[in-house]
Amino acid sequence: MLRALALFLVLTFTANAEEVVLGMSQTQVSITTNFDGSEIFIFGAVKREKAIPTGDLLQVIVAIRGPSEPITVRRKEKRFGIWINTDAVEVDEAPSFYAVATSAPLDDVLTATEDLRYKITIPQAIRSVGAPMTVADSQSFTDALIRVRTANNLFQLNEGSVELSEETLFKTSIAMPANLTEGEYGTHIYLTRSGKVISEYETTIDVRKVGLERWLYTLSRQQPLIYGLLSLAIAIISGWGAAAIFSGLRRN
Amino acid sequence: MQIYLPIAEVSVNAFLLLGLGGIVGILSGMFGVGGGFLMTPLLFFIGIPPAVAVATEANQIVASSFSGVLAHVKRKTVDFRMGTVLLVGGLVGAALGVLVFNYLKAQGQVDLLVKLCYVLFLGVIGALMFVESLNAIRKSKKAIKSPKRKQRGWFHALPFKMRFRTSGLYISVIPPLIVGVCVGVLAAIMGVGGGFIMVPAMIYLLGMPTKVVVGTSLFQIIFVTAFTTLLHATTNYTVDMVLAVLLLVGGVFGAQVGTRIGTKLKAEQLRILLAIMVLAVCGKLAFDLLVMPSELYSLGAAGGH
Repeated sequence: MLRALALFLVLTFTANAEEVVLGMSQTQVSITTNFDGSEIFIFGAVKREKAIPTGDLLQVIVAIRGPSEPITVRRKEKRFGIWINTDAVEVDEAPSFYAVATSAPLDDVLTATEDLRYKITIPQAIRSVGAPMTVADSQSFTDALIRVRTANNLFQLNEGSVELSEETLFKTSIAMPANLTEGEYGTHIYLTRSGKVISEYETTIDVRKVGLERWLYTLSRQQPLIYGLLSLAIAIISGWGAAAIFSGLRRN
Repeated sequence: MQIYLPIAEVSVNAFLLLGLGGIVGILSGMFGVGGGFLMTPLLFFIGIPPAVAVATEANQIVASSFSGVLAHVKRKTVDFRMGTVLLVGGLVGAALGVLVFNYLKAQGQVDLLVKLCYVLFLGVIGALMFVESLNAIRKSKKAIKSPKRKQRGWFHALPFKMRFRTSGLYISVIPPLIVGVCVGVLAAIMGVGGGFIMVPAMIYLLGMPTKVVVGTSLFQIIFVTAFTTLLHATTNYTVDMVLAVLLLVGGVFGAQVGTRIGTKLKAEQLRILLAIMVLAVCGKLAFDLLVMPSELYSLGAAGGH
């Protein structure tokens, strides 16, 4: 499953005193026929010209974020004795996947103001502005979205899962589930000291269907009639084939 | 073995799908039902998105019905004439059903209405069949031959009479056309072949002999579900070919086995088994509607208003 490309990407920020040098086990996730999720190893080092500054320890945050899309969250209520969907809130933008890994408990790593500024944690990544007038508690809908996605491993907050040694080398792994949406997954590495972001590094992981998966998906979107007829042809042939095999077996 | 489904965009166990296809295929062959009313809810349970489950199931029903009907054609238990009349109604009904479905979707209540339809139809039909076949078994045990009921009155006064030789009927085409339309509408809304409604309707309403009912309903189901598959593939892009292939590999073999089992069972036993199964699915769906769900909130694609 894991394709260890071990591609090293080096990027230099001239302005910062401490910068990230990053390595990843893979920069591309290929969705093949037997795709069953993927684990991405992210490792790197902090490059600095001077000695390690004294005071608060250096901390690392790794965030992988899938493509965002609008989502309708519906709530059920008991009406006439049965549970039916009543209120609905459209969340303008919610990432299809979002994993945050930190080197220490989140409160020690990041202040709330810095979180607001860089939009690092999961609630910050969700944008919900227009709740209808009939819904008073639109926040509970956003909470529900986070709860449902967290239960499906689509939202992950892994506090303390980034291993940091000597304030220089760091590594972590992020498990991506099988039900991924295709697209560019923005990968951010933040270095923080006393809760403030001092350096930011950005790269992307490309999640794509390949081979048969890609061919079928493209065909179904671009030539839907041919795709539909092909599905029917397969159905008829296998139906006929099974009948022929069975009647052959019975005769023998 | 996990396998990734390109349209459903989930990863599921291939053997689980093959097994489900096989079991539902056996039932399909035994009872002449497409098996959709069992398979579609089962697919929901294993995490396939409902839109994909409904559309793909239609495609799978084509395969299992086709496989099943061939065995019936050989045994000459298909009334092609009746099947064609039912089919004409079915196609009209399916088109109507899609219109109704899209209207309900715009209201954001399509899930509930689909489930209520299931509970209502499965409950009523299951109960009717259960009582009827129980009575039939009791009568046959007492070895009293009940006189064959013939429906008279308005039903036989209708115009456009047609002779259906295989079924031994000489009736108006209007009742079978109406049955076809109703089944087509329900098939499109509920994402099933509609056999579980058509089979009892043919027996109790049209008075067709049980022997030809299964083959004839399979014949009609092939074309209605093929039409539904094409509609879904071209408008919603929700037919998953990989899922369909896995289900139908199990399904077509199951259907062959089921047809053989079906010929060995008595008609009353067959009907009571089907009735019990219909009631079981109905009970499960009703239970889900009545009991408070563990998660009150659900996520859906935006733009459903």
